[in-house]
Order: sequence, then C-alpha cells, then structure tokens
Amino acid sequence: MPSVISISKLAKHYQVPEREAGLKAAAKGLFKRTYRNVKAVDGISFDIQPGEVVGFLGPNGAGKTTTLKMLSGLLHPTAGSVSVLGYEPAKRAHDYLRQITLVMGNRNQLSWDLPALDSFDLQRAVYGIPTDEFKRTRDEFIEILDVKDLVKKPVRNLSLGERMKMEIIGALLHKPKILFLDEPTLGLDVTMQKRIRTFIAEYNKRYGATVLLTSHYMADVEALCKRVIVIHHGQLLFDGDLAALVEKFSAFKTVGFNIDDPTQDFSSYGDVVSVDGSRVVMRVPKAKTSAVTSSLLNDLAVDDLTVEATPIEDVIESVFSVKKEAME
Amino acid sequence: MKRYIDFYITSIKLAIMEQWQYPIANYFYMIGMVAEPVIYMVVWSAVATQQGGTIGGYTPAAFAAYYIVWTLVRSMNVVFTPYGWEWRIRQGQLSMSLMRPIHPLHNDVAFFAGWKVVTIILWIPLALALSFFFKPDLHPTFLQGVVFFFAIWFAYLIRTMTLSILGMVTFWTTRVSALFELYFAAELILSGRLVPLSLMPDWVQRAAWFFPFRWAFGFPIETLTGNMSVNDLFLGLGMQIAWIVFGALVVSIVWKFAIRQFSAVGG
Repeated sequence: MPSVISISKLAKHYQVPEREAGLKAAAKGLFKRTYRNVKAVDGISFDIQPGEVVGFLGPNGAGKTTTLKMLSGLLHPTAGSVSVLGYEPAKRAHDYLRQITLVMGNRNQLSWDLPALDSFDLQRAVYGIPTDEFKRTRDEFIEILDVKDLVKKPVRNLSLGERMKMEIIGALLHKPKILFLDEPTLGLDVTMQKRIRTFIAEYNKRYGATVLLTSHYMADVEALCKRVIVIHHGQLLFDGDLAALVEKFSAFKTVGFNIDDPTQDFSSYGDVVSVDGSRVVMRVPKAKTSAVTSSLLNDLAVDDLTVEATPIEDVIESVFSVKKEAME
Repeated sequence: MKRYIDFYITSIKLAIMEQWQYPIANYFYMIGMVAEPVIYMVVWSAVATQQGGTIGGYTPAAFAAYYIVWTLVRSMNVVFTPYGWEWRIRQGQLSMSLMRPIHPLHNDVAFFAGWKVVTIILWIPLALALSFFFKPDLHPTFLQGVVFFFAIWFAYLIRTMTLSILGMVTFWTTRVSALFELYFAAELILSGRLVPLSLMPDWVQRAAWFFPFRWAFGFPIETLTGNMSVNDLFLGLGMQIAWIVFGALVVSIVWKFAIRQFSAVGG
C-alpha cells in the first residue's frame, strides 16, 4: 500500500542570533551580529501508511512540532523532501489543506465570545462543506463527545477540557484524511484526556484517517499508537512498534511486596526504589526477575508480591538517555 | 466564487454577533475616536472666525460637516494593523489561519467588514449629537450619497491593503511598530485627516494624488461635503479602484516571499 506520508532526509535549520549578556555585548551586537545555526530537524526519514496511528515522541525541543509544521505546510524545509497525500505541503494547495488538520493543544481557532456552534458554521463556510453533510457530521461528533449542552455556551465560559473538545470538533468537521495532533490533551484532567483519546480512536476507526500524534502523556500513546517514532536533537532514534520499543529499552521490572521488617538490607535482590510503611518497591534487571522473585518468596516472609513492567515514561526516558550518550 | 460569498456572509454575520457582545466597549471606543475631530473642529472653527468667518472657503459650519463625516470615515478606516500582525504571529494565531484553505486576508476583510456594520449603527446617534451641537453645513445630492457609500468601502479596502503590506514586514523583522509610526505620520499629513487637503500647500495637495492616503480618507469625506463635479467623483472612485487593485497585487507578491520567511515562532 502506498504511503500517505513520506519524508526523506527532512531538515529544518534556523539562523538564531545570539550574544553574551550585558550592555557591552548589546552595543557590539548593533554593529556585528553573530548567529548560530540550530538544527531543529536534522535529516529524518519515515513513511506512514493510510489509517496508521503513530506516536511521535521526543523531549521538549526534539523537533516534533517543527516536523509537524513542515508536514502541515506551515514551514518550508531547509532540505529533504516531504510528500503528504501526494502533495508538497509547503505549497499549501487548498485541495491539500482541505484533507488535513492540525490541532495544537495550546492554540485555538474558535471565537471566544460566541457559542462553538457559530464557529462550527464558519468552518463549514471555510471548507465549503455541503450543509446537510455538515449538520450530520457536527451532530455525530457532538454525540460522540457528549457536548450537546456545551455547544450553545460562549466558548469563554467553557473549561479548558470542554474548549479542547470543541476545538477538536471544529478541526474535524471537514473530515480530514490526515490528523496532525500536537499535544491535544495538554493540561487536561485524566477523564478529559480519556474522552479525547476515545474520540480520536473512534474517528480513526470510522473514517480510516491517518494520525500523527505528539504527546508527553504516555497514556495517550499507549492507548492510541501501535507504532512510535522517537526523535531527539532533530534526529530519528527509533521507528517501530511500541511493544518492541518497550522490549528493547526496558531493562528493568518493578517488583513490590509487603514485609514485616522493611528496614532490612535488600541489596542482594535489586535496587530499592521506595519504602512506604511495610510496602517495599524494588527495581530488578529484567533477565533476573524470575530468579529474584523466587528468592524473595523462599528467603523472606513476603506478602502481595507484584511484578510490573517499567512504566512507559521511564522506557522513553531511557531511550533518550541511552541515545543521547551515543550521540555525544 | 460561491464558496467565497458564503464565507464572507458567514464571517460578517459572526463578526456582527461578536461585536454586539460588547456594545458599551464599542461605544466608548467610538466616543474616544470622536475626541480627535472635535479638537480639530473647534480649533479650525476658531481660526475661521478670527479670519472673518471663513478660511480657504471653509466656514465653521463647513468644518463641522467635514469633521462629522470624518468620524464615520475614520471608523471605516479601522483595519487589522501591523501591531495586529505582530500579535498574531507571536501568539501563533497566524498558524491556525494558515491551515485553512482560504487566504488569511479574506478573514481580515470579512471580520472588519462585519465590525463596520456595528460601528455604522453606533455612529448614527453620535453624528446626530455632534450635528446638534456644531450645526454642520451639509446638503449632499443623491449622487454624492451613492458615491460616498462606495467611497467609504473602497477606502476600507485601500487601507486594508496598505496596512497588510506593512504588517507583512513582520515576517522579516518581528517588530514593525516603528515603520507603522512613520506611515502614520505621512498619513496624517497627506490624507486630509489633520486638516482638509485644500487648506494644505499646493505641493502637498499634488503629492497627495500619488499616495493612497488621500483616497482612503480625504476623498470619501469630500464626496459628501465638497463641491466635486460628477467627473471628479467618478475619477476619485476610479483612483480608489486602481489603488485597491494595485494593493491586492502587491499583497499577493509580498505574501509569496513573506510566507517563506514564516517561522511560526508563536506556535
């Protein structure tokens, strides 16, 4: 199946003015400016198939948003090639823009003073959606997100999470084939995050849309993405199944148990992470998990022994740190 | 074309609804705007009285007519400024506009056009109050009224084009306020805002022909208050259309280069 998103050796470099602190340096800067070349994205390549939901991960400043902006046509690449649905995004052809959407968790496009319904109508006009189809889609999304009572309130009176739901409805009314989602659950509480995740999953299922998602909330990634692409310092670190990433980079498991005397020395079993009352939590090398749990059960009087995989946040953190060392 | 008409109608409706949310704020804004012409009116009327009742053909009542019409033209002249361009780039709002399959300029034109509808309605009682106090000498013909109607909307489009071009400088410099101040100074002298252009030196009047300022400000006022011939009225409308077309052409050229500079700094 042909890719819907294909990028090859994509790069975006910026010339950033810089100077030392202080008046002298500021005065000097008036006559001679010095610049630093910042490689926000540095030659990354990947392909995404139709209908895939891909998590695009990396720490702050890794180049995720810059990549999304190049894919959506907001930025012109410095080098490399980008093709989305067969279009060159930087040309920002109207036919292209009608088939994509970009949702940024910290940006809004709804009118602050009016009910969201009015802004939805503007979206209809912008995208030239036939009225019947528009009403059908709008009502369908309102039902899925359960916001019937909210769409008539001025947007300024909605909570952050409620506003985000409206933003997402507004961004999808034209039923885009490609969704670029940049931190869509930013700042939302757990319930609201889950609602939005469910909606994105439902949209993907109903319309076969392709989704590229950045999020610092690993729950979003775990719930939605089978595949993840990890970048750091503008370079690709990993591209593959989330499960493979966890397998590859999760060197430890978390072992927890209750014991009458939690102050004793457990160093021969693993690293103690925390002690809370009679509960001890340890980090154990993955390969030794079976042996350690057997020893704990044989040697000590432990209760409620649990073995858990390393949280995905910790796995991603270890990807960054391992690769960072390799890159330095 | 049908889509654009639908877009404009929907946007204008939206802008009207939005602006009606704040009628008091809009009213105070307009009252603040009236302070400037009232000062000009009082000063020039006093000068005219001292000069024996008229100055350059303007009586105090003619000045009153000029500056009362001025208040409406000034309202029509309010467009998205370079400060606005700075703001929308810094706040990341431009990124969201660029994601739509329609040029952001259409959005600006439609939104401010909707706002004008509200300001025109709010202007009527203000104009009546000013007329009550200053007794303007204003007797336009039907043709003058029709030309004035088109002239104020064309003026709006001219100023939209010129300030959009200026605003787009933001793509290169991020801060364009200084340039705007310079533009504003030239506009003050060459537009008829400070004083009717016929009272300015000959060379200023001649120079004003070659800049957009007069066509976006002084000309619409003169269509209603002056004694322009039918030829001059239509010549003026022609000049306005020429400036709109020229402005749109420059906007589209500058935009092509400007958008390549866009670094989406604000998001």
